[in-house]
Parts: sequence; C-alpha cells; structure tokens
Amino acid sequence: MADISLRSGLVDKPSLLSGALSLWRSADAVQRVAIVTAFALLAAAIAAPLIAPHGPLDQSLLSRLSPPIGFERYRDGFLLGTDELGRDILSRTLYGLRLTLSLALLGSIIGLLIGGLLGLLSGLRGGLFEDIVMGAVDAQIAIPFTLIALLFLAIFGSSLTVMVCVLGVYGWEQYARIVRGEVKKLKAMPFVEAARAAGASNFRIATRHVLPNVVSPLVVQFTLSFSNIVLLESTLSFLGLGVQPPTATLGSMVGFGRDYMPTAPWVVIVPALAILLVTFAVQILGDWLRDRADVRLRAR
Amino acid sequence: MLKYMTRAGLKIVITFLAIVTLAFAATRLSGDPINYIAGQGLTQADRDLLVTYYGLDRSILEQYLAFMGSFFDGEFGLSFVERRPVSVVIAERIWPSLQLLLASTALTLALAIPLGIVAAVWRKSWVGSAVMTLAFLFYAVPNFVLAVFMILVFSYWLNWLPVVGNGTWAHFLMPTIAMSGLLIAGLTRFTRNAMLDVLGQDFIRTARAKGLAETEVILRHGLRNASITILSVIGLQVASLAAAGSVVVESIFAWPGIGELLVRSAIQRDYPVLQFGVIAVSIAVLIINAVVDLAYTWADPRIRLGEA
Repeated sequence: MADISLRSGLVDKPSLLSGALSLWRSADAVQRVAIVTAFALLAAAIAAPLIAPHGPLDQSLLSRLSPPIGFERYRDGFLLGTDELGRDILSRTLYGLRLTLSLALLGSIIGLLIGGLLGLLSGLRGGLFEDIVMGAVDAQIAIPFTLIALLFLAIFGSSLTVMVCVLGVYGWEQYARIVRGEVKKLKAMPFVEAARAAGASNFRIATRHVLPNVVSPLVVQFTLSFSNIVLLESTLSFLGLGVQPPTATLGSMVGFGRDYMPTAPWVVIVPALAILLVTFAVQILGDWLRDRADVRLRAR
Repeated sequence: MLKYMTRAGLKIVITFLAIVTLAFAATRLSGDPINYIAGQGLTQADRDLLVTYYGLDRSILEQYLAFMGSFFDGEFGLSFVERRPVSVVIAERIWPSLQLLLASTALTLALAIPLGIVAAVWRKSWVGSAVMTLAFLFYAVPNFVLAVFMILVFSYWLNWLPVVGNGTWAHFLMPTIAMSGLLIAGLTRFTRNAMLDVLGQDFIRTARAKGLAETEVILRHGLRNASITILSVIGLQVASLAAAGSVVVESIFAWPGIGELLVRSAIQRDYPVLQFGVIAVSIAVLIINAVVDLAYTWADPRIRLGEA
C-alpha cells in the first residue's frame, strides 16, 4: 500500500538524489552499462560543438575517403576516417547523434502532449468526443505509420519542420489509449469521488488527482515511443526522405554512405554502430522501467 | 459473434474512410496539384485542359466524391512518371511483395515459435537466457542496419550473395532475413511470455499430475492455449511491421515490390501512385488484421460465445 501511494506521489516524495540512487541500486550490471551509455551519448550529443574535432560540413578534399586510425593511409586528425567529400566521420556522427536525439525528443514530447490531452479529455468527458477520439485511435493503430510518413514527406517536402511534425504525430494513439484507460479507471476510485464531494472543480480533479496517477505508465510509453521514433527518423533519413543533405543525421549518413560501402565501409559502419548504441541503450532502459512499473512482474 | 463481427466490420469501414480522406486531404493541402503534374512552360490553354481533365475546377466535395468513386470503377488515373495507369503500375508489384512477405512470415513462424517455447521451458537454464538475450538484442536492430551489415559481410567481403534483384533463391536470403529480424525477435519474446502465462496455470499442473508426457503437456496443453494470444499479436504486429519493413528492405535490395514503388514515388513525387499505393497497402493490412481477428475469435470459445 505504501508503495502504491509513493508512486502516485501523494505522500511526501523522496529527494531527487536519493531517488536516483535507489534506482541505480535496483539496476543489474547490463542495465547499469545501459544507463552509463545513455548518459554518455546524451553528453556527446549536447557537447558535440565542443568536442567535435571538425565542423560537420568542413570538407578536406585532399583526404577523401581516408580510413579510421590503425589502417593504412590513415590521415592524421580524422580519427574515424572521412567520407567522399573528406568530411570527418567522427564529427558528423556526433552532430548526427545530436540531431537524431533532438528530433526524437521533440517528436516524443509533441506526441505525448497531443495524445495525452486527447486521452485525458475523452476519458473525463466521454460521449461523442470519446467515440470520435477512440475511432481515430483504432484507425491509427491499423495503418502502418511509415506509410503516412511517406505520404506527408512527399507532399510537404522534407524540411526539418515537416520532419518534426511527422515524428510528433507518431505514437499519439498509444498515449491517448493509455491515458483514457487510466482516467476511466481512476474516475471510479473513491478518492476522486471524495475530491468531487469536497467541491473540487473538474480542472482541479484532472490536474491534481488524475494526472499524477497516470505519470508512471506514461513514462514507460515515452521510452518505448522514443526508441521507435529514433528508428523511424533513421529509417526515413536512410531512405533519403528525412533530413536532407548536407545536414547529417545518423540514418542519412548510413543511407548516403551506401554507395561507398565496397571501398570505404567505415562511412556506413560508424553511424550504423552509433544507431545501434542508441537503440540498445534506450531499449534496455525502457524494458527496465517497464518491469519496475509493472507490479505483477516485480512480484515474480 | 454477430455483434462482434458487425463491430469489426464497422471498424474496418471507419479506418478505410480515414485513410482515404487523409490521402485526399494531404494531396489537396499541398497547393495546386497541376504544378506537380505539368512541367515548366505550359501554355494557359494546356493548363486549363489539364485542370478540367483532373476535375480540379470542381468543388472540393465533388472532387472528394469522385476520388471515392475511383475505388468502385478502378480508375485511379495515370502515373506522373511512368505515364501508365496507376492500377497497372501497382498490380505488377503485388506478386514480388507477396513472395517476400510469405518468405519472411514463414521464416518468422518457423524460428520464433520454437525459440519462444524453448525460452519458456528452459527459462532458468543458459539456453533460455541465451535465446532471450539474442531476441532482446535483435529487437533493437533496425532492419536497414541489419541489411547494410549483411550486404557488407556477405556481398562485399565474402562475395557469396547478390545485392539487388529477385531472380534466384539466393536473392531471397538477405531481404527475407532483413525483413524478419525484428519480427522474429518480437515474436520470440511474445511467444515465451504467452507460454509462461499458460504454463503457470492450474490445468497444466493437472495435466502433469495425470501423468502426461512433458512434450504432450507443453505442446497440446501449453502451446494450444497460448496460440490464441500468439495469433492475435501476429495479426496486429506482423502485418503492420511487415508493411513498414517492406518499404525499407525492398528499397535497399531494389526488390520490385510495392514498398520500393512507394519510396520511389515519394522521392519522385508521383502522387497518384503514392496515394493509391498507400491506400492499397493499408487495405491489405486491414484485411490481414480482420482475417486474423476472425480466426482467433473463432478459435477462442470464450469470445465466440460472447462471454468476453
């Protein structure tokens, strides 16, 4: 019982630091590696302009397609080699990581806001509004999102703004579904009834009593959706439909580097490995958070 | 059952209307479609002719109704790029896509279900953890990354497999694996969990207690009961994941299927093909979902008899 009220934030919260510490203690070795990796990637993305040895677009035509350190013909200063225009792969990967993570974060937040709001409103109000929203959710679940993304990117062109909008729409239906379900469940709870009897307004009930209790499943969904958005963005950029050159994201580096694979495999291997690092770290963390949030699994 | 089917049917109709409306609205939102159809230096007379031909001078409502009407007479217009009817362009892509889809579904089922059972039954030994770790890792590998690494190793370094085309069985290997990687990983994890749920139930203990052989317990009592949950996830996940996967995988391997066509039309802004291609794939996904839905509804007496 104490556990439940702690998670719902109704009892005094533990300080952020001790919370983080107890989270760290509950993680196993693999999860700790994932946490460290995630923070390292995040730091690298934020600090990209400071730590990148070159600009992402700086060309050095004399050292085109030079291999990474340790190989023959390695050129000093280009640690992970260069691409077909002599641009430093390490710097481009760092900037690509920065853009990929920013896009994914922005996209996840927009999706959370849209879906969360629609779910909250349809759960609280019900009626025709709920029917329409849930009909749209069903339709969205049934249609592969990649197809919709293709349609919109083709029509509105592939600018950063359009990309953010497309990624922002992704996943709204999951948030809406989850929030609506939780809200309907909570609405029947005695403490909500008590708040209503005490004269709390609808707004107050929604923000103070319902929302804090929905946070935990939303966090889990957020990590899931974040890794899916990284995937979606990389895939679209890989296909040449996402962020346009010369700007690099990890996906577009792999996509445009394909032509040089036989002679200069590092052009695709480095960004591809970076994508794997991101998806591995996010997935392990998401899985861990989901297990923690699921009381049934914790008992096992 | 009847009520269930009516609701399922209604859902399909709503989804169909949603995707058609979305496709229609998207192309109309993007400004004057004539700009895409016609090149530079068109005379005003030619322009007017095109406007009339495509019905762009009519009201939005009329255009929408005409757009809907095209699903009944099969007149989807001409591809901007290929100057051939859209229906023909799409139709000739169906079989290669279907081949790849069938191959990867077969591979997924053949690997994921046995692996999932193994992981559930030996969940405490290293075999189970090994399977689950692999499944977990592969679930985080985007299919284009898998494809790129396979091409590097098997085509460029070892020179074993061809990169593009769909001529021989060797051409099938990499695209099939690239497309099923995620599906196998996901379905293995799901099968394991479904099996664990079932194997923890009382009737399994009863089956063991009455002296059935362990294989019999696992396959006849375990798998059979887990299969309903597994079927439902195959329908929901596999169809849409495969649709998304085929877009990527077909483009990488230049596979002459619908996915490759969609990406190419998106890049070349061939709107008629893209529009109806997206609608066609969505309908295919809807139909697969509906069939699977019906299949497991029929297989589960609790749903069939309207108790759940």
